[in-house]
Order: sequence, then structure tokens, then C-alpha cells
Amino acid sequence: MTIEATVDGTVIEWRDRKRYLWIIGAIVPLIPVSIWGLHALTGSTLAWYFGPFFVFVVVPIADLIAGRDGENPPEELIEELEEDRYYRWITYAFIPLQVAGLAWGAFLLGGGTLPGIDEPLSVAAKIGLALSLGMVAGIGINTAHELGHKKEEYERWFARAALAQTFYGHFFIEHNRGHHVRVATPEDPASGRLGETVWEFMPRTMWGSLTSAWDLEKKRFARLKKSHWSLKNDVLNAWAFSIVLWGALTAAFGWEILPYLALQALVGIWLLESVNYLEHYGMKRQKLESGRYERVNPSHSWNSNNIGTNVLLYHLQRHSDHHANPTRRYQALRDFKEAPVLPTGYAGMIVLSWVPQIWRAVMDHKVVDHYEGDLTKANLHPRTAARYQRRYATTEA
Amino acid sequence: MAQFICPNCEYVYDEVAGNPREGWPAGTAFADIDADWTCPDCGVREQVDFLPIEQFERNDQDGNIIAAELRGNPQVGSQTQTTEGEQ
Repeated sequence: MTIEATVDGTVIEWRDRKRYLWIIGAIVPLIPVSIWGLHALTGSTLAWYFGPFFVFVVVPIADLIAGRDGENPPEELIEELEEDRYYRWITYAFIPLQVAGLAWGAFLLGGGTLPGIDEPLSVAAKIGLALSLGMVAGIGINTAHELGHKKEEYERWFARAALAQTFYGHFFIEHNRGHHVRVATPEDPASGRLGETVWEFMPRTMWGSLTSAWDLEKKRFARLKKSHWSLKNDVLNAWAFSIVLWGALTAAFGWEILPYLALQALVGIWLLESVNYLEHYGMKRQKLESGRYERVNPSHSWNSNNIGTNVLLYHLQRHSDHHANPTRRYQALRDFKEAPVLPTGYAGMIVLSWVPQIWRAVMDHKVVDHYEGDLTKANLHPRTAARYQRRYATTEA
Repeated sequence: MAQFICPNCEYVYDEVAGNPREGWPAGTAFADIDADWTCPDCGVREQVDFLPIEQFERNDQDGNIIAAELRGNPQVGSQTQTTEGEQ
């Protein structure tokens, strides 16, 4: 479908080549359910591990094969593109499918059987299923991310629903009012620092985001001169979604599903926080005379145009534009040519982050080059800062 | 009673209506709002960045985002001060 606008008598036309590819994002929640067929065909326990296999093997390979797409919609058509409701319906569709997929998984985790799944699952199969559900959970946080940034109040409620699976409801508060304000500064728990491993980053960001969200709401209620122990507290009402969802699943399928629910939530959070780690790895905004940080600009985020992960994560990888214009809808996000670029898509980068030595070998020199050897400009991790300054001292500009 | 606009996402703060959810009851003057209060919609502009609506021409979503933010409180020499409300 082509959209067009007339500016000063000139007709500008543009066709979104990714228009129908976005649907792939909406069917992600059905990945665990697809294991049903895979298991019926093979009878293998390994089939239950298809979720992580898809995210960490299929998608990175797809990224390498399908290549990059750096095409931007013309400036004049951005508004029209954002107004096209087709795009937002795809993000809404994710949520019922997500809940249905989780319920289906919980049924099996509770010992249920289905045609083709004649025996209750073994522990190894259940762990695989929980990991597969966790992949959806993590991608669900990304869907919540897209919705939580929007001005429409109902979309922010949808975001809470999409976060219910991971019990990560506080994310949409911390992310919008915390992370976006402090991004690429040493104060931000959700920006990875140069020299910090992803494993060090995890507890820092998880705890830091939780306390940040709580403090933000506490501060808001202090202004209201009311107690923050209220269902109007967005942290608490977002968690309420999880209590309802997890409570209903436990009531229906038994308490023995709880360890697996916890596992899939943790995996989902870890997936999302891995993305946080890499999006701003080593990047730092400089302090101005006024004492404020310089405004976020394209140089403060790592971008990637690999089609595979881009379609899966609603253009999250056009991250510089997202930070410049947080309320802009995914289909209208642009690639900034001057922004730093990751060597491959997000999924492949997450795999690299598992082994810090490999991660450092790939990323550290990119950060150093980005700051032309001047590490004082980078967001250094306190534990390794001295070592980094010694190692790169010779190249200092 | 005046209106002020976020130059990024065009959220409008109307002094008549205030923003009770954010803790600014109807009638709260814009000048009485905390300087580090972030735009409730986009989160990336603060009270000091807002413009009186009459002065607003177009938003700054033009791709060539401002590299360094030069307006705001001129707290000269406060180079080491951390960002508002932080640590």
C-alpha cells in the first residue's frame, strides 16, 4: 500500500516494504504453541526448547542472511504513517495471543495432556517450555514498551497487560520517566557501562529499575499529598495485573506451575534487560556548563538495521530516533545515518554478551573509536575504569 | 492563565486545568512547577524546556535533534553537580 502527501504542489509517494512483515511480531506469542506440532512430529524432549532456539539461532542467522534495511519514510509522510491504525492493531493483537499462549503453557506445566502430547511433561520438557514461554515474555515487554510510550491512556493500560506475564509492571514507569531522562549517564541503572559484563548489569538494572519506579511514583503521590499505598499508584496497579493473571493460572492448573512461571518471567526480564545492556553500552552524555546533561542525540544509542530482529521488536533498534522522539510510533521511526551501528542484530548481540570476553573483543574498541580514544567521555564502569584507562591511554586524543 | 507546550511531543500544560494526576491541581501556575518535572508524555523535556504556546512554531522532531541543550537554568560553574534529583 502506497501512502502519499502533496507538499507545495509536489506529490510525495512512499510504500512501506515492511508493512506486512510487522505481522510476524504479532504471531511471536504462538511460538510455544507451535511446539505442539513439533513435539507431535518428533516426540523429542528437545522440541520444548524451540523458543530459545528460535531467538538465539534462527533469528541471528536470519539477520545475517536478510541483511539490513536503512530505508526511511519521507519526513512529510511520518504523520500520516503514524495515523494508520493498521500498525497499532498489530501491537494490540499481541496481547490476547500472549495470554492464550501462556495459558496453554500453564496447562501443560500443570500436568495436562493433549492429542499428540499423551504423557504429562517431564521436568526437562517443562523447563524447555518455560524457557520458550520466557522468550515470548521478553518480547512481550518490548510490545509493552511500544504501547507504554503512547499518549493514549488505553494504550498505557495495554502495556500493563503485556507486562503481566513477567511481573514487570513497574517497567513502563521507570522506563518512560527514569531511563529516558537519565539515559547514557552513570546514574541510569538501565544503561550498560563500558567494561561492565551483562551478568553484573543484570542485578544492577533489575534492582535499580524497581527502586526508581517506586521512587518516581512516591514522589508523584507526595506532590498529590496522598499515600502512595494506593491502587492509583501505577506500580501497584500494574502488578495487580500479574497477581490476577498468575493467580488465575495457579488456581486453574495448580501451585506446581509457580516455579515454572517464575522461571519464564525471569528469562523474559533477562532478555529485555540484555537489550537495555547493549542499547547504550559505554555511551555517555556530557555535562554542560549549566550542570544538566546534554540532550540525548543520535550518538548516544547503538542502532541496527538488521531486518530480522527489527521486525520482531518493532524497530526498537532505530534507537536514536526512539530516544529523540519517544512517543513516535514504531513504523515511523527512522534510521539516523550518523548514529553508531552494532555489528549485527540484537538477537545475535545478546548471544555475544553471554561470554564477556567475546563481548569486549567485539564492542570495546567500537566504543573507544566512537570517542576517538578519549575514555573520559565514555560511561566507564567503576570496577574496571582504571584498567581501561591504562589500556587505552596511548590512544588518547 | 497561560498554556505551555512541550517542544518535543507537543503535550500542552494548561494552567486552568493543571495536571492533577501529576500533582498539579487546576490553577497551578507553570512557574510553580518543579524545574525538573518531566513531560508526562515523552519524558525527555523538563519544565524549563517548555515554551509558552504563542512562541511555539514547530516541534523539534526534525531528525537533526539539538546536539547540546543550551537553555535552562544558567547555574554557572556547577560542572560537577549531578543531574536534577539524582544521587
